[in-house]
Amino acid sequence: MTSILCPEIPNAGFSFENCKRNTLLQSKGLSLPKATKTGTTIVGIQIKDGIVLGADTRATEDTTVADKNCEKIHYIAPNIYCCGAGTAADTEMSTQMISSQLALHSLYTNRQVRVCTANMMLKQYLFRYQGYIGAALILGGVDSTGPHLYQIYPHGSTDKLPFTTMGSGSLAAMAVFESRWKPDMEETEGIQLVRDAIAAGIFNDLGSGSNVDICVIRKSGVDYKRTYEEANKKGTRQNSYRYPRGATAVLSTKIQNIEIETTVQHIEPMDTA
Amino acid sequence: MSILTYNGGAMLAMKGDGCVSIAADKRYGIQMQTVGTNFQKIFEMGPHLYVGLPGLATDTQTVMEKIRFRKNLYELRENRKISPKVMASMLSNMLYEKRFGPFFVEPIVAGLDPVTYEPFICNMDLIGCINKPDEFVVGGTASAQLYGMCESVWEPNLGPDDLFETTSQALMNAFDRDAISGWGAVVYIIEKDKVTIKDLKTRMD
Repeated sequence: MTSILCPEIPNAGFSFENCKRNTLLQSKGLSLPKATKTGTTIVGIQIKDGIVLGADTRATEDTTVADKNCEKIHYIAPNIYCCGAGTAADTEMSTQMISSQLALHSLYTNRQVRVCTANMMLKQYLFRYQGYIGAALILGGVDSTGPHLYQIYPHGSTDKLPFTTMGSGSLAAMAVFESRWKPDMEETEGIQLVRDAIAAGIFNDLGSGSNVDICVIRKSGVDYKRTYEEANKKGTRQNSYRYPRGATAVLSTKIQNIEIETTVQHIEPMDTA
Repeated sequence: MSILTYNGGAMLAMKGDGCVSIAADKRYGIQMQTVGTNFQKIFEMGPHLYVGLPGLATDTQTVMEKIRFRKNLYELRENRKISPKVMASMLSNMLYEKRFGPFFVEPIVAGLDPVTYEPFICNMDLIGCINKPDEFVVGGTASAQLYGMCESVWEPNLGPDDLFETTSQALMNAFDRDAISGWGAVVYIIEKDKVTIKDLKTRMD
């Protein structure tokens, strides 16, 4: 009963309709292009009654820097945030989807969502796709049972840890944690440690770079410090390279005028007599 | 050779002061053989909104028709113009649905918000990961060259006339160093009250 006017409702979830064509193209010697990766140093630590998450801001496409200031600390719930490493689209989309499911869950149960729930939903989703969804995550938050920090691998395995690092800069960042992390640190001390760990990634790992983002989660609220530190300031240009007007040879010009619709709404003052 | 470099093509978009530009070459080729020099890869999606689809030519056209269909339905249902931000999200979700069998396009969205006239540019990879910088975005086979040109010639708060020169020169100098793009170019300068479309005189080799 399908026709142009009455199309079949498409199935939810991923579509595989291009796969056959794409494997054919591949068999003809055309290689598949690479998606944007985050490269990345992401970290998370538990401090006294809280969590500190940190991330760098570089996204790479092969060896090209695709984005110099991307956001890798994703919102999950008002009390939960998540750092993402791996395929950029996968970390973005899977955190968005779990976030929306948790918002509904929170409304349905009339409770603040717990970190272990977010962890379970993410790991079950990733395990279902057997590692093909390339999202390596650090999930942190504070709920009714206290602060929690989880590390989630693309295949769906998880670890509950007091401090953790992921991404290509994870070794550099872990070196900082292994030497300096201790239980029950104060907030300022914790932020400094996370900053140093991310900076170690930025300066020693080529897949990570640009700025430091930090997110502090406590029972009292979240303090998201986007661009906590600009680790690499761009130098100021000494000269203008501006082209003089008329430098470009033009064959033809077409101007499309756009009529701007403006509606003026007169607001009558409220009768207070 | 990658599927994204089968037909060739270069594209960029830049932010200016109250205006945005989007520009692309016009070549349509099959690997090293040029087939046409009037191929359109930037499409009008509203009075202030343009979408560029560099990549595999067949997917350029398929994706354009898919987003035009969805944009029309959105505008009928909502009775208002689609904003660049919504267009970008819609396109991103559409591409991510095909995560495991993607369309080979790396789209660029450029326009002004229909209400606030705020400039908007973004690009995404072939599976819909959005990148929204404050300066410029590039795409296509000459992207490495375009990054180099844009990083040196772009400056903040360019007016429409200077933005045109900067965009055109960045594009032309970049694709002259790419064998599979060039052969004519088109530049769109989008302002609040008008859109200026200019065809450029370029090298034809």
